[in-house]
Amino acid sequence: MTCLRIIRADGILTVQDMGRPGHLAQGLSRGGAMDRQALIEAAALLGSVRPLAAIEMAGAGGAFGVSEPTRVALTGAPMVATLDDAPLRWHASHRLQPGQTLRIGGAQAGVHGYLTPAGGIATPEWLGSRAAHLTIGIGEALEGGSALPCHPDPDPDRPDRVIDAAARFNGGTVRVMDGPQTGLFDEAMLDAFFGTDFTRGPRGNRQGVQLQADARFTSDQAAGLASDVIGPGDVQMTGDGVPYVLMAECQTIGGYPRIGQVIPADLPVIAQAVPGAVLRFQRLTAVQADALYRSDAVALREAAGRCRNLVRDPATIPDLLSYQLVGGVTAGRELEE
Amino acid sequence: MTGEPTLAPEILPAGPDGVLLRFGLKPQPLAMAAAQVLAGELDSDLPHGVVEIAPALVSVLLRFDPAATSRAVLARDVLARAERIAGSRPAPPAPLRRWTIPASFGGDDGPQLAEVAELLGVSQDAATRQLCTADLRVLTIGFAPGQPYIGLLPPAWNLPRMPDLNPNVPAGAVVVAVRQIVMFGAESATGWRQIARAAFRTFRPERDEPMPLRAGDAIRYTPASAAEIATLAREADGMGGATVEMLR
Repeated sequence: MTCLRIIRADGILTVQDMGRPGHLAQGLSRGGAMDRQALIEAAALLGSVRPLAAIEMAGAGGAFGVSEPTRVALTGAPMVATLDDAPLRWHASHRLQPGQTLRIGGAQAGVHGYLTPAGGIATPEWLGSRAAHLTIGIGEALEGGSALPCHPDPDPDRPDRVIDAAARFNGGTVRVMDGPQTGLFDEAMLDAFFGTDFTRGPRGNRQGVQLQADARFTSDQAAGLASDVIGPGDVQMTGDGVPYVLMAECQTIGGYPRIGQVIPADLPVIAQAVPGAVLRFQRLTAVQADALYRSDAVALREAAGRCRNLVRDPATIPDLLSYQLVGGVTAGRELEE
Repeated sequence: MTGEPTLAPEILPAGPDGVLLRFGLKPQPLAMAAAQVLAGELDSDLPHGVVEIAPALVSVLLRFDPAATSRAVLARDVLARAERIAGSRPAPPAPLRRWTIPASFGGDDGPQLAEVAELLGVSQDAATRQLCTADLRVLTIGFAPGQPYIGLLPPAWNLPRMPDLNPNVPAGAVVVAVRQIVMFGAESATGWRQIARAAFRTFRPERDEPMPLRAGDAIRYTPASAAEIATLAREADGMGGATVEMLR
């Protein structure tokens, strides 16, 4: 068994995977990684056929070591990373040796970074998932001095890889499909919502993210609504008309009206939006959204196509870190089109 | 009785892998019964490609595998079932099983029982008796893992939420409003009135059945003393003396 040691925890560190779907009827939401794309990109980099359990790092990372040679992937929000003081490229996989120290600093853009060992974290599962769900007492925030069991790297000599990460770290346009309650908002309110530039508000966590604008968005039919099933991506209007986007650990039943649902492909943009990031919404019909749907397996194949070998020694390229950050921010204009 | 509107079931998109069948917008008893009948029918005769069913108060969410079926096919199937159920003026389906859950009413365990009894215009004992003899079902599970919304209490119990929150009710608190009961799994703030407390815990992650209640289960509360509930609360399994019997 390989061990991933947490020497120091600087951000909020939790084990996350793709969550535990299938328990809505019992009041348990799926949970799992805030930025699922980051786990898919990590699997692509590591050559895994499925997403692996990883450390989700909110805001900042920490210092880490391994007990056996293993590759790790660094994905999600770009963070400053070094291996024994040599800079490491983000959105890439790297070989770690016992005795080396991987240091991961604060996020340069976005919120959630991911450290994925090539074999995946091997902590015990609960209901088929290793994901921490802190609001209900499942798992814990990782602390310095702790160690996580990992499956051994199945292919430790595989060369380091780098991926053109999907653009999602600086806000932008997010697509919202009509949901069960879109019809409770009149056309003028819908037009106003989809014509507004929001900023990501100061309130946000793994349950939901607040959006800010001067305007308020209310439904005449909100009073006395029966509570209904809610889920990640739902754009919910609180009583005073302030929108929240529900995230991985949201509740499963709610009484506030919801104007629509952020499509899963774009939910990472919300997860990675820092307070103050500008967010706009584009309305999709269900038919348009269905045409864009991709399963996780298809998304993983597509991500694998964005990977290539990391041929240059990053330590020899002094400006590499800034170069990569700019690339991660501006690539993939499809969100704008 | 004001007479209920006829049900007009709608099938609606709910994310890229979901459809929602909704019998109404408000929690009317007829729409609630129809949702329960539909959920039960879907459970025993799952449409092809459906991976999850989640009943809410007046609706049922179906999550499907887009590789195995399409939104259009599933929508047609579910809407046809719902229209047939709506046309039958359904009663809540017979429950599969019944839970009997001891609870301590009034006193420190039910600090607002007196207020509720006064709003009902009956004694505290009579209010307790009404609740313990009502034909109650788990209407839906939500808000927190395993946490039930239970109903419907008799029409007189259509009590509004309080204008000010109860800042802190304990785990096991039995609270009431709008003809419904919520039994809290963990300490919580609520706008509902606390009239009793059970030792049954609706969510225990380490238990074989972490979230034992299911929508549609019949619930019967049985009065117990505060001392009995305190003793039951010390048992490790968090079942609090609750028993379950199969009814069919």
